[in-house]
Amino acid sequence: MPHIPLPDHLPGITGLLEYSKHTALPIRQLTQFLLRGDSTLSPGERELIATIVSHHNACAFCTAAHTAAADLLLGDVETCEIIKHDIDAAPVSEKMKSLLKIARQVQVSGKAVTTLAIEDAKNNGATDLEIHDTVLIAALFCLYNRYVDGMATVAPENPEFYHGLGQRLVDNGYNRLPDGYDHLKK
Amino acid sequence: MAHITLPDETLPGIVGLFNFRPETAAPLRLLAETLLRGESPIASSERELIASYVSHLNNCHFCHTSHGAAAMAHLACDLDLIDDIKEGFKTISVSTKLRTLLYIASKVQKGGKHVLEEDVAAARAEGATDQEIHDTVLIAAAFCMFNRYVDGLGTWAPEEHEGYREMGQRMAFKGYV
Repeated sequence: MPHIPLPDHLPGITGLLEYSKHTALPIRQLTQFLLRGDSTLSPGERELIATIVSHHNACAFCTAAHTAAADLLLGDVETCEIIKHDIDAAPVSEKMKSLLKIARQVQVSGKAVTTLAIEDAKNNGATDLEIHDTVLIAALFCLYNRYVDGMATVAPENPEFYHGLGQRLVDNGYNRLPDGYDHLKK
Repeated sequence: MAHITLPDETLPGIVGLFNFRPETAAPLRLLAETLLRGESPIASSERELIASYVSHLNNCHFCHTSHGAAAMAHLACDLDLIDDIKEGFKTISVSTKLRTLLYIASKVQKGGKHVLEEDVAAARAEGATDQEIHDTVLIAAAFCMFNRYVDGLGTWAPEEHEGYREMGQRMAFKGYV
């Protein structure tokens, strides 16, 4: 049960973003730009960064939601499962592998990012902007994961829920829906 | 030197990163403004103490000292008291309620699941409201982002407290946007 009363029809992060709309706004804006804005990394690649960080923070809600979004954007269900356990075995570019390794280090701590990991990414063709955005996406999900679990929000067990949420993230992105979320009430 | 080439290497910590990427600087600044100076039942001085404390736990010198300096500006205290934040608030006057909120913040720093029902119950017993609990968790979580951003890109930070005096005044009284 969440540490504060939250609406039943909005589990995980979704209830928190409605509970506190004034703090949700900049978080939504930042996420929309980082995950869906102009970038040389595809939205699917950026969702992989969100997924790997959420997985290693053991945040069930965020991991399932971003896995679902990444699966839809990449068109397969294997890549996410592989990166969670063995980045080098994943069917992604060498550049993406080095960026995912940087994201893994950010998940541990900012100080854990090594010059070696940065050099490796640059040698594989990563630009400064791509490295910057990777670090910030990974850091942002350290915020989300702690927010979601620190408030003890509910993570539904039904996989169908996350399929629907992933589809919503693909179709609408991260901005608040203009008419809110009352349509999700059962 | 930072891990990436910044247009102005003289700008410390997050300031250099804001200058590098204005598109992400805008929402990040607005988030800091909303969390630390926006509407909340927790005083800005206390919110800056939470930010500085979590940054210390994350070993982020720039965020710890700059938000410590902002807290000292709000409290009209000497910058030397920033070290007391590291020492667990032996000198700075902290209410028993704020102490329970700082404890929750320290749990968030370790990981969201570390926040236990008994930690929240202890805060409630000292009079903490839903929104105070929410705001504490979100500020702590946000600094787990800011700290990783600043250190993950290898930015530099002034060593001495004195280097943060003006910054702290600006953060406290002019704000983040």
